[in-house]
Amino acid sequence: MTYLAKPPLHHPSLEKNALGFTRRDYEGRISTLCAGCGHDSISAAIIQACFEIDLAPHRLAKFSGIGCSSKTPDYFVSPAHGFNAVHGRMPSVLTGANIAAKDLIYLGVSGDGDSASIGLGQFAHAMRRGVNMTYIVENNGVYGLTKGQFSATSDKGSKAKKGAENKDSAIDLVMLALQLGASYVGRSFSGDKAQLVPLIKGALSHKGTAFIDVISPCVAFNNHVGSTKSFDYVRAHNEAVNRMDVITPRAPIRADYEPGELKEVRQHDGSILRFRKLEDDYDPSRRNAALAYLGRKAMAGEIVTGLLYVDPDAHDLHDALNTVETPLNKLTDADLVPPVSALEKINAGLR
Amino acid sequence: MPKPIAATNDFVVKFANVNGSGSASANGLFAKAILRMGVPVGARNIFPSNIQGLPTWYEVRVSEAGWLGRRGGVDLMVAMNPQTWDADVKGIEPGGYILYDSSKPLPASKFRDDITLIGAPLTELIAAEFINPRERQLFKNICYIGVIAHLLGIEPDLVKQLLTDEFKGKDKLIQPNFKAFELGRAYTENNIAPIGLKLRRADKVGDRIFVEGNEAAGLGAVYGGATFCAWYPITPSTSLAEGFEKHCRALRKDGEGKSRYAIVQAEDEIASIGMVMGAGWAGSRAFTCTSGPGISLMNEFVGFSYYAEVPAVIFDVQRGGPSTGMPTRTQQSDLLLAAYASHGDTKHPMLFPANPTECFEFGAQAFDLADFFQTTVFVMLDLDIGMQEWLTAPFKWDEKRRLNRGKVLSYEHLEQGVPFGRYRDVDGDAVPYRTYPGTHPSKGAYFTRGSSHDKDARYSERGEDYTEGMERLLRKWQTMKSHVPAPIRKNANKRTPDGVIYFGSTEPAMDEALAAFEARGVHLDALRVRAFPFQDEVFEFIRSHEQVFVVEQNRDAQLKSLLVNEGGVHPARLVSVLHYDGTPITARFIVRDIADKLKAGQAAAAPEKVK
Repeated sequence: MTYLAKPPLHHPSLEKNALGFTRRDYEGRISTLCAGCGHDSISAAIIQACFEIDLAPHRLAKFSGIGCSSKTPDYFVSPAHGFNAVHGRMPSVLTGANIAAKDLIYLGVSGDGDSASIGLGQFAHAMRRGVNMTYIVENNGVYGLTKGQFSATSDKGSKAKKGAENKDSAIDLVMLALQLGASYVGRSFSGDKAQLVPLIKGALSHKGTAFIDVISPCVAFNNHVGSTKSFDYVRAHNEAVNRMDVITPRAPIRADYEPGELKEVRQHDGSILRFRKLEDDYDPSRRNAALAYLGRKAMAGEIVTGLLYVDPDAHDLHDALNTVETPLNKLTDADLVPPVSALEKINAGLR
Repeated sequence: MPKPIAATNDFVVKFANVNGSGSASANGLFAKAILRMGVPVGARNIFPSNIQGLPTWYEVRVSEAGWLGRRGGVDLMVAMNPQTWDADVKGIEPGGYILYDSSKPLPASKFRDDITLIGAPLTELIAAEFINPRERQLFKNICYIGVIAHLLGIEPDLVKQLLTDEFKGKDKLIQPNFKAFELGRAYTENNIAPIGLKLRRADKVGDRIFVEGNEAAGLGAVYGGATFCAWYPITPSTSLAEGFEKHCRALRKDGEGKSRYAIVQAEDEIASIGMVMGAGWAGSRAFTCTSGPGISLMNEFVGFSYYAEVPAVIFDVQRGGPSTGMPTRTQQSDLLLAAYASHGDTKHPMLFPANPTECFEFGAQAFDLADFFQTTVFVMLDLDIGMQEWLTAPFKWDEKRRLNRGKVLSYEHLEQGVPFGRYRDVDGDAVPYRTYPGTHPSKGAYFTRGSSHDKDARYSERGEDYTEGMERLLRKWQTMKSHVPAPIRKNANKRTPDGVIYFGSTEPAMDEALAAFEARGVHLDALRVRAFPFQDEVFEFIRSHEQVFVVEQNRDAQLKSLLVNEGGVHPARLVSVLHYDGTPITARFIVRDIADKLKAGQAAAAPEKVK
């Protein structure tokens, strides 16, 4: 029923966050994606994460490229400005906006075609630069809007809906992100909201480049037997290395976790990432070990999920550029336009 | 042998060197010394796409009359490159001079008998005083400056002052440079006969400055309030980003050394323009600088900027040719590329500076235009303006001038209930209002997209919504005409049916050509176009003349195409004068070509008169 507007009324008993917003305040327009699409679950997880970390909705800036996934920023957090860029070029647009207005929270949503094929170059360089952002790839291994061609994240040997077999090696964006310097890297599954919401919360709170690869089955073109991105396949091969809670600086710490091995990481903004290890030999603070582990598991056909790497003390692009505290888009004429006397001095030096 | 050329304050000296030999600073010193004598020069590097080993030339036109365009021909060749010797010798005007290194004898067949040979044993002179090979190389350059300074009559103290300024802070280099200069000067005084070329103090430089267009444009961006440059290195635009950075470092640091600007060297031109779009959208003034190949890559984003109405500034320092073409040669051949960049119906404003002073002015103004019209503004330099140093009017800035951010709704506006619809034409000028991200908790947010949208920025596939938006963009184009720099008209001394239109770096050659025509009694009204979209007065100029020459530095008559396309001008009214071999156009070329075409036109018209 995508042609029906959502009623703006809120139920008075809806839960409010620390800023007085309800979950409804983080919603967007009604999705035009297929019923049951994994991407809608991810939008719901983004809404939940923003609500839970008490983010003022208009402080978010949303970016995407082209494709099914890239339509979704219209479907969450309407009070935020959004930018639907050209195909594969979301990272550069987000980078520019971030340079202009560093006081906002940046969220880029992309797909496997948008980031691993046409946009692989921009994906790679955005990871290198340490842009302070959350970059989510809604990864379904297929071109949905053009009806079912393989994408570059399709596994070798995976079958298309009409039976063709993919002969090319798959690009693993998580491995690339780790190698290229992203300081927060996770993978999850659109069908596992309990895992995904904390991962997004941690990413939004992280200073530096946070990348999350979310396997998101395409119900129309890539959810059949023989696909390695179907709901059934991903559920059967999902190997979570940890479970995580994110405790925001304001939230009271509740001891409702189950006993087990717990680890806490305090991020730059004061938020605490609290992990429960599911895999004894996995340590998300070691980049090279994560790469080796992921490589081994990929060989065995396992899809490793969870928070795979985090550097809580990462620097970002603005640190490297040494920009002033005031966002560049708020500098005034007095800050920007040098006096006439300076120009006269320059003239004198050129005679 | 013809009489040796005798000329005072009016001749061309050309230096033939090997790239990477350190000749550039010595040659620049020569040009500056002449300027300090109050005599105007037009100076050009002619260089290869190479760092070391290939031929490079530096041409200095000395002109008390103030003609700064390339003249053509050489009166004194300083031939320091054996690789290009034959061609260099051939290029000298009859009666001209050649200075060469006579340390090793050259066979007579290597010379011409209609030029004067000036041999100076530069290598020997330097080898006797310096040991280090690199020093020998560098000081040989200063040594030949000593030779020609004496021959032409440049005051030694002027050169010494310039050397002292140049090596300020590296003081131990000053004395060896003096020594090398003196070796050349003294040898010449004692061994070489005077020549017919002379320099004499004049007072024709005034308060003008000597600067390259790229640096001027970068400085313009600083005064124009640009806070962000995203770029990818490409000749001949690189020194524009470097100029911006240099002046930002000096002028845009706060008390703690933090930067009120950002510069990112992107992975390619697509990322550069993408970053510029993001920053412009978020309310920072941002630009990229590139050349034709970069514009080709940026096309998709430029179309996005047109349709989604996102401000951006692109400095296109044009170079020669399609594909990789001639990276180190000049042309004005990106006009059509920039004017209609990207698929679908699009058009984009362009500014055409003619000299570094205008590079500075337009470089600042482009940001006001981009912010106000929320679209990509191209500033079209070329290699000749961008990478050469020009004698040009000093930079000026009005202390009272304010940056015009255009139609931006603030928190206060939204709070007071000012209605907001991103693509609505509220003021009747077809320019809509926008908001920066994060302005207000509940009002003013919108979604920017390159897909079709309605007045309120909602996705729409309705034909009416699309055409309404596109027609508003056309009306916005009309509004732009009164905001971009107006053309400059120079009328002939007499009423004439003939006119000429030109733009950009053609100006100095055109000025000289117009003076030459007036001297011959040929009258041409001239119009220098300074922006696209064209104002009505451009078409009025064409209508009021029987034939109009359009002078441009490309093969396909791109400015003419734009005039025909945008103004409905009959193509036969416009007669093209085209120069596109990669060298800057000369007055000699313009005069010859137009004179031929005028003659041909008279011949063709004659039989009709008989009837």
